Amino acid sequence: MNLINRVWQSSLGKKYIMALTGCALFFFLIGHLLGNLQVFGQPELINTYAHFLKSKPGLLWGARLGLLACVGLHILAAVQLTAMNKEARPQGYAGGSAYGASKASQYMIVSGLVILAFVVYHLAHFTALLPGVNGTGDFRKLTTVLHGQTVPDVYAMMILGFQVWWVVAFYLIAQWMLFNHLGHGLASMFQSLGLRNHVWWPRVQGFAKLASIGIFIGYAIIPVAIFLRIVGADYAEKAKHQFSQSSPPAATLIAEVNGKEAK
Amino acid sequence: MKVTLKVWRQKNANTPGGFKTYSSPDLNENMSFLEMLDVVNEELANKGEEPIAFDHDCREGICGTCSLVIDGKPHGPHQGVATCQTYMRSFKNGDEIVIEPFRAKAFPLIKDLVVDRAAFDRIQHAGGFISVRTGAAPDANSIPVPKENADLAMDAAQCIGCGACVAACKNASAMLFVAAKVSHLGLMPQGQPERYKRVKAMVDQMDAEGFGGCTVTGSCEAVCPKEISLDFIARMNRDYGVALLKGEPKAMEGGGVG
Repeated sequence: MNLINRVWQSSLGKKYIMALTGCALFFFLIGHLLGNLQVFGQPELINTYAHFLKSKPGLLWGARLGLLACVGLHILAAVQLTAMNKEARPQGYAGGSAYGASKASQYMIVSGLVILAFVVYHLAHFTALLPGVNGTGDFRKLTTVLHGQTVPDVYAMMILGFQVWWVVAFYLIAQWMLFNHLGHGLASMFQSLGLRNHVWWPRVQGFAKLASIGIFIGYAIIPVAIFLRIVGADYAEKAKHQFSQSSPPAATLIAEVNGKEAK
Repeated sequence: MKVTLKVWRQKNANTPGGFKTYSSPDLNENMSFLEMLDVVNEELANKGEEPIAFDHDCREGICGTCSLVIDGKPHGPHQGVATCQTYMRSFKNGDEIVIEPFRAKAFPLIKDLVVDRAAFDRIQHAGGFISVRTGAAPDANSIPVPKENADLAMDAAQCIGCGACVAACKNASAMLFVAAKVSHLGLMPQGQPERYKRVKAMVDQMDAEGFGGCTVTGSCEAVCPKEISLDFIARMNRDYGVALLKGEPKAMEGGGVG
């Protein structure tokens, strides 16, 4: 406890926490992206994956609680450090300030808060499946049949969810903020942990740039491709009917789509 | 040439301050920025007004006494140069120049453009030294030092402790100063016995003085008159992490012999 206390009490120690939790969240972003990109395959691909995750509640809730702890610590440390930083300069400058600092580095707390707002919305949208927030219908009614089992039709939720323009706009804004947040944060992570010298700094900066661009493109193409009806437009038309039905005839839907593809 | 100055005037820490505008007399463009202030002050004194208080000493860029935030940048428009070696030829005839003191809670204002930078001295007292036997000078090269370490230590030792890093940082963080002082001793063999005790003591003092934290914006490096690198901050972060993991030294029971 002594070590934890000393880490938390020091400004450098809080930066270590920021860096380590940020690193864990970065790995989650990669895993989550790989999971989501399965939407570019057959509907069964991502539905099977989603069903696999749901069928391992221990693993799922372990990961969720771990992520929640990381997010909580990351935000708590950020808020406390920001308060300390504000307090350190009670009076600002008239002639401009933060000379030579990039915009991304100056507004980390702002991009971070937008990302937080997005995460809350994203959880309501696709995890809690709150019907009021998606602008189209009740996602809980969307089901499909997988190996004789009726399971939530995650593919249909994504296809229908990203046909709503303001949802796509919000996702893209949040992803742009994430791009800025990662562009600065990924490099700073190495700096805060002291993993830097004159040889490694250009490499670290190159990694941060490439990784943030990769994450941005990877996440942004999903809503964009769906909104432009490049992916799953036919499937969406069929799935939409389930919104108006009390109990969805999932089996017919899947048979219809499969039949069409077979032609 | 002539310029207009918008200068922060404040009688003392307890009196609210504000900007006052002055027109300079005719200036030689090869005057230093501080000489320009001298000329303006002479005119103010002749008119019976209170001259503008500002810090200065060596005026050759090595003492770290001069300060000033000029048009939003500590030490004026150039890179790797202190205010005292900034010349009026860097400005244009008729320019309006905003001059402010270094702003930080840890650097309380004394008067006009003069701030108290004793917080830096207290950080130095906490650990910015090595304990050695004094006496006759040791033989040269009796302790081998790798050339690259000697060079890096010299880079860090160039820090003149002016406080521009604090003034520029959006968080008023003193990380670059403390990192330079920690590193210049930590890179040398003579600094090893107290290396981890030093970094812990100096960082803890830095936190106690009320400086902000580092968000790696790079402003400090950009304004440093000695162009000290952010690499040293990473070095300090590393040493501090090791110091935390090492923990406090083992408590000794009883005394030694004699």
